[in-house]
Amino acid sequence: MASIALKNVSKSFGGREVISSLDLQIERGELVVFVGPSGCGKSTLLRLIAGLEEVSSGQLLIDGRDATQLPPAWRGLSMVFQSYALYPHMSVRDNIAFPLKMAGRDKETIERKVNEAARVLNLQDYLDRKPRELSGGQRQRVAIGRAIVREPVAFLFDEPLSNLDAALRVNMRMEIAALHRQLGATMIYVTHDQIEAMTLADRIVVLNAGRVEQVGSPLELYRRPATLFVAGFIGSPRMNFINGAEASRHAATTIGIRPEHLSVSTTAGRWQGKVSLAEHLGSDTFVHVEVAGLGAIAARAAGGLDVRHGDTLWLTPDESCLHRFDEQGRAIGA
Amino acid sequence: MARASADRHKLLVTVVAWGVALAIFFPILWTVLTSFKTEAAAVAIPPQFLFFDWTTENYAEVWARTDYLHHFTNSVVISLGSSLMGLLVAIPAAWAMAFSPTRGTRGVLMWMLSTKMLPAVGVLVPIYLLCKRAGLLDTRTALVIVLMLSNLPIMVWMLFTYFKEIPRDILEAARMDGATLRYELLYILAPMALPGIASTLLLNVILAWNESFWTLNLTAASTGPLTAFIASFSAPEGLFYAKLSAASTLAIAPIVVLGWLSQKQLVRGLTFGAVK
Amino acid sequence: MASTHNGATARLMLSPAVVLLLVWMAVPLAMTLWYSLHDYQLLMPRGNEFVGLENYVYFLTDPAFFQSLANTLALVMGVLTITVAGGIGLALLLDRPMYGQGIVRVLVVSPFFVMPTVSALVWKNMFMNPVNGLFAWLAQVFGMRAIDWLAEVPLLSLTIIVAWGWLPFATLILLTALQSLDAEQQEAAKMDGANSFARFVHITLPHLARPIAVVILIQTIFLLSVFAEILVTTNGGPGNQSTNLAYLVYSQALLRFDVGSASAGGVVAVVLANILAIFLMRLVGKNLES
Repeated sequence: MASIALKNVSKSFGGREVISSLDLQIERGELVVFVGPSGCGKSTLLRLIAGLEEVSSGQLLIDGRDATQLPPAWRGLSMVFQSYALYPHMSVRDNIAFPLKMAGRDKETIERKVNEAARVLNLQDYLDRKPRELSGGQRQRVAIGRAIVREPVAFLFDEPLSNLDAALRVNMRMEIAALHRQLGATMIYVTHDQIEAMTLADRIVVLNAGRVEQVGSPLELYRRPATLFVAGFIGSPRMNFINGAEASRHAATTIGIRPEHLSVSTTAGRWQGKVSLAEHLGSDTFVHVEVAGLGAIAARAAGGLDVRHGDTLWLTPDESCLHRFDEQGRAIGA
Repeated sequence: MARASADRHKLLVTVVAWGVALAIFFPILWTVLTSFKTEAAAVAIPPQFLFFDWTTENYAEVWARTDYLHHFTNSVVISLGSSLMGLLVAIPAAWAMAFSPTRGTRGVLMWMLSTKMLPAVGVLVPIYLLCKRAGLLDTRTALVIVLMLSNLPIMVWMLFTYFKEIPRDILEAARMDGATLRYELLYILAPMALPGIASTLLLNVILAWNESFWTLNLTAASTGPLTAFIASFSAPEGLFYAKLSAASTLAIAPIVVLGWLSQKQLVRGLTFGAVK
Repeated sequence: MASTHNGATARLMLSPAVVLLLVWMAVPLAMTLWYSLHDYQLLMPRGNEFVGLENYVYFLTDPAFFQSLANTLALVMGVLTITVAGGIGLALLLDRPMYGQGIVRVLVVSPFFVMPTVSALVWKNMFMNPVNGLFAWLAQVFGMRAIDWLAEVPLLSLTIIVAWGWLPFATLILLTALQSLDAEQQEAAKMDGANSFARFVHITLPHLARPIAVVILIQTIFLLSVFAEILVTTNGGPGNQSTNLAYLVYSQALLRFDVGSASAGGVVAVVLANILAIFLMRLVGKNLES
């Protein structure tokens, strides 16, 4: 297992800078998730680490050694692609064996390792099939198998679950988490889905427009978002943002409060408003309340709360969970 | 009720479709039938459709009186030769454009297609004279070269559309897996590119086999391929329908069968991937 | 390995094809231009002198030129009309469920693989012959006068022969396109109350616009240079009634051995084809790109 360090890394495509002087340290055995909206540079960053793109300037260290100029295969990394990138003309067995064959391992070792990987990933019954005969989830597992057998110093995942349906995505997410525990491997995982980021990561790197907005554990990002962007990106449903007089009262340009940090009452409270939409999930009820002077505010209430469109509600924010941001969108006093 | 009417509808469509299909196919069918008739039966009025004395004497006569095998060999050498040589040049070109596209790639492709729009008559005179001076008139070499050049744009286009569909992810995966260039070519790219190359070859063999401008203008009858061989039947020789049919059947049979096998690729290939 | 992806290697791989095509295009074209400005008779090599635009004047004022130009366009337009209209009809028919669809497809596509010399001879002798042809027999059965097709309506006859060969191509492409039409779109239109004619006009036809454009482009490339069919049936006659540009240039060069005016004709053909090509490539260039 290796640590990976990026030092002052920049990347431009034809004069357009997509990553600008970025520093990042990834520790051994850590699962780090790069998250951000599409076009934020997260995939490019991963491909720079993989060696599939060349850095324009800066340095990449793997286990302290300079790997900036190394060809991809020499970096000892494995990558799982969004499209899986399985070799369509090879059986599952040959797909998984391919990196070992390239490394010139002997037949016995290859056989043993492929079987081992197949056992871990539950692929024993499919070893002689071609990729096109497999379901999406199985293909995903083959791609992971191909990554595992190399015993890489780190795994790179490029949005590996985005081609799967919702139920399967939850399953594979748990499998990847289990795999991480089992192998104790360094993993870098790219996604645009903040739930995937929150559930998988030891640490999350939030990227925006080629820059790191914030790095931290899921709960750190949730509790103490450093910027408006992070505050809005992490957490579901989204944090409510309030500008104007109410914000000024808290000596901020913008204040933010998460739906789960508002208490809902049908009788009394700080802010009064009319329900524009009530979503009854059973366990919870999400209410969208139109508050005069503040705009639409979303709040989470108990599942039993029986309100409908047009009802009057009172919302009271939990002051200790209030986030304050300055004009530049930076958190105040965090 | 609905089921029965759907069945009746399907039956009706079947009858109409078979009728139309047979009508379109009829000239070929009629040629094959006539090739098994005596010359007298071939021109009988009313025409004899199935109930006539079947004979293979026309084939025997075409075989004995003409040099069919020689022309057949010419056709094979010319169509296969020009297609294989074309592949040799077209594969690297299509490869480069599919995997290292630049801003000029689209322009180069369109320019190549535009050379195909250049009418052959525009260059008939110089090509004829060049071949004559080089002593290549009436040789297979001349036709191989000319057909290779005239079909080159189509080959490049076809290969380009096939190659472009090879996912780049897979090449990157192979690089991550440590494949050497030799391995990348032999074990990853070749298996994925081969079907496209095979279809391109097949289609160009068909096109070259039936090409009838250069093959008629650059050869005399003796070294001509089958197109020229058949054209030599155009001079009327009295009762010759049955023999003409036998010769025609021999000339088209191999390529029509090949065509049946490749009709799916034909669409993709000849529309340059614009229709799938 | 990175070298397979860098620009220099790519250019190296591309250059043989580009150079060959450039030479194939430029050298003969330059020679054609040069000949077209000289009095070059194949049988009298000594008279090879510069005559300026005389060949062009000769070629362009020849009534045969205008007739061949009109014939070329009529042939292209006629075949395109028959094949596109027929192709749409056939594709719609073949797209429906039926028994033996595979065989029907094979039957319909077959004419495309028949070499032009064979199809022309078969049509000329066995169908269009005024005495022994099937058409003559059919006319007789219905009590009509037998037509000598190639003598009386030579251009129409040629159009039929050529269209027979290209109808399968149009059908196959349009059928393939039809099969990729989303069934849900049709169902949505049905729910919206569109009858089958309205569905054809508003859903199917727009979906076919692009493949039709492709069919027109590809076929025009080949139809502009129809040659063998004319050579083995009418030899351009009677008179010049079925002479197209390709055949006219051929007859000037290789029948009358007048290289100079044949070359002038070749240049004219190139210019005309280019005008058409620019127009067509504009039309479908974007479609072909990806």
